[in-house]
Amino acid sequence: MSAPPKIEMRGVTKTFGSNRVLQGVDLKVAKGESLVVIGGSGTGKSVTIKTIIGLIEPDGGDILLDGETILGAKGAKRDRLLERFGMLFQGGALFDSMPVWRNIAFRLLQGRLKRPAAEARAIAVEKLRRVGLKEPVADLYPAELSGGMQKRVGLARAIAADPEIMFFDEPTAGLDPIMASVINKLIRALVTETGATAITITHDMRSVVEIADRVAMIHEGRVQWEGPVGEIERSGNAHLDQFIHGREEGPIEAVR
Amino acid sequence: MSAVQGFLAAIGAAVLSLCAAAGALAIFTANGVRHVFLPPWYPGEIGRQLMRIGYFSLPVVGLTAFFTGAALALQIYIGGARFNAEAVVPSIVAIGMVRELGPVLGGLMVAGRVSASIAAELGTMRVTEQIDALTTLSTNPFKYLVAPRLVAATIAMPALAFVGDIIGILGGFAVGTARLGFNGATYVRNTWDFLTTEDIASGLWKAAVFGFIIALMGCYHGYSSGRGALGVGRATTNAVVSASILILASNYLLNEIFFTS
Repeated sequence: MSAPPKIEMRGVTKTFGSNRVLQGVDLKVAKGESLVVIGGSGTGKSVTIKTIIGLIEPDGGDILLDGETILGAKGAKRDRLLERFGMLFQGGALFDSMPVWRNIAFRLLQGRLKRPAAEARAIAVEKLRRVGLKEPVADLYPAELSGGMQKRVGLARAIAADPEIMFFDEPTAGLDPIMASVINKLIRALVTETGATAITITHDMRSVVEIADRVAMIHEGRVQWEGPVGEIERSGNAHLDQFIHGREEGPIEAVR
Repeated sequence: MSAVQGFLAAIGAAVLSLCAAAGALAIFTANGVRHVFLPPWYPGEIGRQLMRIGYFSLPVVGLTAFFTGAALALQIYIGGARFNAEAVVPSIVAIGMVRELGPVLGGLMVAGRVSASIAAELGTMRVTEQIDALTTLSTNPFKYLVAPRLVAATIAMPALAFVGDIIGILGGFAVGTARLGFNGATYVRNTWDFLTTEDIASGLWKAAVFGFIIALMGCYHGYSSGRGALGVGRATTNAVVSASILILASNYLLNEIFFTS
């Protein structure tokens, strides 16, 4: 019997007011796989990963991790679940009030994974080096960092507790092409060397090519197409073709 | 729809919106208080908030109290002169400061300073996804952000009011002795003789309630802030306005409880 997917979404729905953002999302991600979710703005990409991580509660459907439902997990069970996740937010979401090393080691300074401050700092510095930043950065505050450095620190925080599953929300948004490429390669390298399962949300096609094993395209709250990254150019799917080539004409309305 | 129907519909919508807001605030308050008593606790955060809410509010509370006490002494002296009752200045200043003006004016000043600051901080954290980030790092935002602020403000505000009371009385003393010709020793004796433990305790209890309100309004409006700079700005304004109104309303209710029963 084959192992269940690491993450599986079954008919997940979510409505905000009169806006039906997710209209039955079905998605499977195998262990160690890097899935990139693409789609236009406001099509439900962010909501999709926020329902998996538990930041948004879906109205319907089910979400399974290693074949077991994770919906409704509370208290210690939810904490254990969250310990398996690492997430890079679109704007970094670094805590302004604490220095970089405390941001990275946040999870290691409290709760079940708590360690002595010196040990947590050493791990933070090691993770900083892994994302290409030097030790002096550890004592700076987020406001003193450039956009690219903030993304790297966000990455270091996401991998600080060696998570099994990583989420990257628009990892290259707001970065110049060179820095975007650096971040893409870093994400790919981290996913490969840790063996973690990764879900990345982006509408940057360069990120898709550099990060993905598989690609899923979401449009109007549903997965319109999914398949290996090598097949996106010959998918035969009109939605995907229009999106990856940035055409105004096609089934996706240019003005929404 | 007729004009009457439109008018009634508008009233109905406003009532529904008010009920929804009251319900949301009640749920938020219950959640916040629950997490004050449930572990894990963050003593480091409570300490930081005590410094921020308590220690750094001392100058504003001290200055407010000093000038209020000084003005009160002057007003009571002028008013009392009409009835040859100038001698009551020390006792009225003391009772007025300790029972009413110390906690209420101190509370309003701290509401302006702290409610706004908490709402802006939490609102920015909401908008920049820092609150979501806390959740993904296995940290309950209510325990880490809301509970420490509620605890710190409820502890800090009575301490601030106590210091404010002393400085306010000192303000009255300064004007009384320097401008109104009171003898220093007599002023102090008249202050001390007329103050009761109930006066002081009631003022401090009131301050504790005001502290809770200040932090609660800052946290509630910041936590539920709308998007963007406009949302954070609105949250900040709403926090200060609602905290100030609730302080004045609860002051009346507490006076009813403490002084009429």
